[in-house]
This record gives sequence, structure tokens and C-alpha cells, in this order.
Amino acid sequence: MASTETTTATGPSAPGGDGPERPVPGGGDRAADGLAGLEAGLDALETPAAQRTPAGRVLRTKVLPPVAAVLLVLAAWQLAAQADLKPDYMLPGPLDVWNALAEEWYRGTILGTVWNSVSRGALGFAASLAIGTPLGLLVARVGFVRAAIGPVLSGLQSLPSVAWVPAAIIWFGLTDATIYAVVLLGAVPSIANGLVGGVDRVPPLYLRAGRTLGATGLRGVRHVLLPAALPGYLSGLKQGWAFSWRSLMAAELIAVSPDLGTGLGQLLENARVLQDMSLVLGAISLILVVGIGIELLVFAPLERRVLRGRGLLARG
Amino acid sequence: MATALTDNPTANDAANDAANDAANGADAGTPAVRLSHVSKSFGRPGHGQTVLDDISLDVAPGEFVCLLGASGCGKSTLLNLVAGLDAPSSGEIRVAGDRRPALMFQEHALFPWLTAGKNVELALRLRGVPRGERREEAERLLELVRLRGAYGKRVHELSGGMRQRVAMARALAQKSSVLLMDEPFAALDAITRDVLHEELTRIWQATGDVSVLFVTHNVREAVRLAQRVVLLSSRPGRIARQWQVGIPQPRRIEDAAVADLSVEITEQLRGEIRRHGQH
Ligand SMILES: Nc1ncnc2c1ncn2[C@@H]1O[C@H](COP(=O)(O)OP(=O)(O)O)[C@@H](O)[C@H]1O
Ligand SMILES: [Mg+2]
Repeated sequence: MASTETTTATGPSAPGGDGPERPVPGGGDRAADGLAGLEAGLDALETPAAQRTPAGRVLRTKVLPPVAAVLLVLAAWQLAAQADLKPDYMLPGPLDVWNALAEEWYRGTILGTVWNSVSRGALGFAASLAIGTPLGLLVARVGFVRAAIGPVLSGLQSLPSVAWVPAAIIWFGLTDATIYAVVLLGAVPSIANGLVGGVDRVPPLYLRAGRTLGATGLRGVRHVLLPAALPGYLSGLKQGWAFSWRSLMAAELIAVSPDLGTGLGQLLENARVLQDMSLVLGAISLILVVGIGIELLVFAPLERRVLRGRGLLARG
Repeated sequence: MATALTDNPTANDAANDAANDAANGADAGTPAVRLSHVSKSFGRPGHGQTVLDDISLDVAPGEFVCLLGASGCGKSTLLNLVAGLDAPSSGEIRVAGDRRPALMFQEHALFPWLTAGKNVELALRLRGVPRGERREEAERLLELVRLRGAYGKRVHELSGGMRQRVAMARALAQKSSVLLMDEPFAALDAITRDVLHEELTRIWQATGDVSVLFVTHNVREAVRLAQRVVLLSSRPGRIARQWQVGIPQPRRIEDAAVADLSVEITEQLRGEIRRHGQH
């Protein structure tokens, strides 16, 4: 078969020559077909090839390193405990901690304790969401509101919410209200600020495009502004959860009372009172695991999904 | 040659005023877009920079007009005024019909949180098309720009040329009688741009009575596409000269007739630019 084609302008089908400059009329259909084919070719050439990272690679590059690091730390800890650097009541090994937790488990209280904290955290976070979102929208969109409370709101974010605990106890006594007040004061500012940041970073082009499409007023907020601000909003939520959880632990640690159900903070405080260092470390690990677990199971996938859908996240 | 000159904007004014006096009906003589003595300045009145000065321009229903000018002469400002995104400092702009004009930007401006199809459907929804009809209509529009398979694709999965075609489908979804385009192909490579010129011409001819006001700084592009080329001067932006382009479609950017007229217009454009270097 012919492998190369050389154009030598001979024969009736040769291009150029002294024929008309534009394609002969009537060749319209052929021209349109040609254009469609050309376009299909361009589309195929320019479309980035989608690729998935194989599961084995994800395991090797993403899962293996942190697992190895945790195992290393545990091993070093166990060694230090066995070398008796400190008396056991000050430095129990990881196995002692595990046993202390197992003991709580057999007493049947630990799940209830975790649930108490998680449900408080979730409820407080939901309330913060319901307050922080409209608040953030107001600050982002209404100049007067922004001038009035914008600085206070971002300032509040740097105030450790544990500072509110004494005030809340004076207001509400040792009740759930105290705990929720502290959680709200911790989480609302970061959720609102996240939304403000997200709205501020919305490219003006989207807003103009939305307006020409007829998305004005509330429809503009719903169809353009909020979805465009979603990445910033989500990172605000993630931070808001971290703040909720921290504030909750601070509140539970300080507000200990028989009237309040036992949460992880109270478990920790009780263990301290009993000088049970294994249980203290066990409670700390539980607090850490629950906090990280919710972030990894709820917020990380949500954020990844949103960013990936917009092509803002490199695969792999 | 195939070109007629309308050298004098004042002649145009007289025609405008005459038409303004006519009854305000939907007769064929009503322009799709009418700018009467439009000026625009930014900054404090009196002290600010006058970007557009006394622009009067009519675009007839179904007409394809290219607005040509050097960078910074106020082309985008003018389109924003017509689109209603900004208000003129003086003068009046009228757009026929009750729909706002559709606007396409240099950047595709598609919403990255929606698929290509949903971008088009959002435009339909905002136009008031009932839910049940949106999907089918969006697919028809994507088919029109030959992107039938792109319905479920995310914006970042599409090439630059495909994005602009989806943006075109979204603009068409507004079913406005006026399509404003602000250098929509300027960021594309020459091969893709050439194909999209052909595509735009085809779609404009297929839709029949859509008026296009297409902004560009590319003389050849203007001559390739337009029925009429309007040259804007810079600082302040005024209509310097207009050309009727009589070359029949389908044109190609390589056509000798396109090249000849481009040379003539480029000379004029350079003259406009040179004036600014003299003082
Ligand atoms: N919002 C604005 N405020 C002040 N000056 C502006 C604004 N928008 C545009 N300009 C000025 O108007 C002139 C024309 O801008 P533009 O319409 O974008 O030009 P073009 O689209 O022709 O390149 C520029 O000198 C620009 O600096
Ligand atoms: Mg511009």
C-alpha cells in the first residue's frame, strides 16, 4: 500500500489551479460533514485522557506510610515503657492502655460514653451550621454587616473556646446548655468565616455569567453564589467540626456533674481523679480517634468529591 | 470590490433618529439593538476617564456585526452596557424583545460544579422552561454545537474549543434575539478558532433571526465573520468607520477577498493607533 502521499498538482481533482476560490456551491452538505469530522478529531485530540490510579499504588503511597508511622511510634512507646524509664503509673505501655480500654468495654459503658460525646458534637455542629451559614452569607454580602461584625467574627476564631467555659457555667450552671454554648461559640465563627472566604474567592466572571443568564437576587445566591463558594464553605465546615470537637472536650472536661451524662471529656477527668494513667491515655486516644475518624469518614470524602468534580484535585 | 463604505457615523445618526420617531411597534424596521449617543466614563464625573464617547449604533434583526478595536478601546465596556451589566453615563440603549441578551466571554464562564448538560439546563431553567422539557432541549442544543456526547461531562474534562461550544449552547439556551460575544475565540489555538468560525457562521445562519454583536481585536476574524465591521477608535472610543462586508458566506479566513479587506481595515486601525503616539 502507498505509505506516503505526495501532492503533485495534476488531474482534475487537484486543489488550487485557476478554479473558483471558494468551494463550489452545492458542496454544502459535504462541507458540513467535513466540519463535523474535523471537530470530532479535534475534540478527540484535545480531550485529556482520564486515568485512574491503580488500587495497589494508592495502598502503597497513601495508606502504608501513615500506618507504618503509627506502628513505629507504638513500638517505641512499648519499648520505653518496658525499659522502665518512669514508674508504670506515670508511663504505662500501649498494651496497658489497651487493657484499660478493654476493661471499660467489658463494663459496657464505653460505647455510651463515646456516643454521648459524638451526639453532642453532632448536634452542636448542626446548630452551628444552621447559625453560621446565614451569618456568613450576611457578612459576605451585606457591606454594613461586614463592616460591623466581620472583624469580630474573625477575631473570635482565634479565641480558644475553652475561655468561654467559666462564663457559660455561670450563665447556665452545669447543664447541657453550657456544653452547647461553648461548642457554638467555638464553631460558628469558623463556619461563618469559611463561607465568607468562599464567597470572596468566587470569580467575578461566574457572577456576571449568572446575571446574564438571569440568575439575580436569591436565584443568583442559590444557583451561582453558593455552589461557587462551596469549596471554601466546606473547608470552613471541616475546621468548624475540629473546633466543635475541641470545644466540646474542653467543656466536658471542666463541666463534670452527675446530672450530665458521661462523655469522653468526663471519662478523662474521672480517670485523672482516680490517678489511672492508663485510662487517661486511653481516653485521650479515643478523643483523637473519634475526631480524626469523623474528619476522615465525613469531611475528607465530601471535600474530595467536590474538588474532584470541579477538576481542582489532581488524581493520584 | 464586494465592499461598500458607510464612512460617516453622522449619516447613521440621522437614520437612527428617523427610526426613533417611527412608532414603537414590532415592525421589521425596529433594530434588535439600538445605542443612541451612548457615553461611558469611569471615576468621578468630570474628572474620570471617558471610555466611550457618543456611540450611536443600530444592529438589525438577524445582522452579524463585528466590533473591532485596539485593546483597551472600550469594546468589553460597550458589550457590558448592552448586556445590562453596567449602565451608560449618558445616552440610551434599547434591546428589542423582553429577554436579556445572551453574552459569551473570552473565558468560557461555564460553571465547573455542573456538567456540560446541566450548564445548559440551568440557562433553560432560568428562562422558565418546565422541568420535563429541559433535558431534551439541552441535548438538542448540544447536538447543535455537535457535542451530543458531552452531556454528562464535567467542564474540566473538555478541551478549550469544546468548552466554548458548550458556552455557545448555553447562550443559545437563553433564546435571546441578541447574542453578544466578547472575544470568545481569542484564547483558542488557530486551528480550533478556524473551526469555530465556521461553526458560528453555520449556527447563526441556522437560527435565522439572531443578531450577533461580536467583539474582537482580530481584523481577519472580523472580516471572516461579519456582515458589517465597526471600527472603534481609542481614548475615547468612538465609531471611526464602518464597512459592509459583501463577501458571501461560507468564507474562509484565507480567502483573497477577506485578505484584501483586512489589509484595508488594518491600515485604518493602525492609523487610529498611531494618532496616540503623536503627542
Ligand atoms: N470598572 C472600570 N473602572 C475603571 N476603568 C475601567 C473599568 N472597566 C474598564 N475600564 C477602562 O476602560 C478602558 C476600556 O476597557 P475595556 O472595555 O475592557 O477594553 P477592551 O475590551 O476594548 O480591551 C480601559 O482603559 C480600562 O482601563
Ligand atoms: Mg475586552
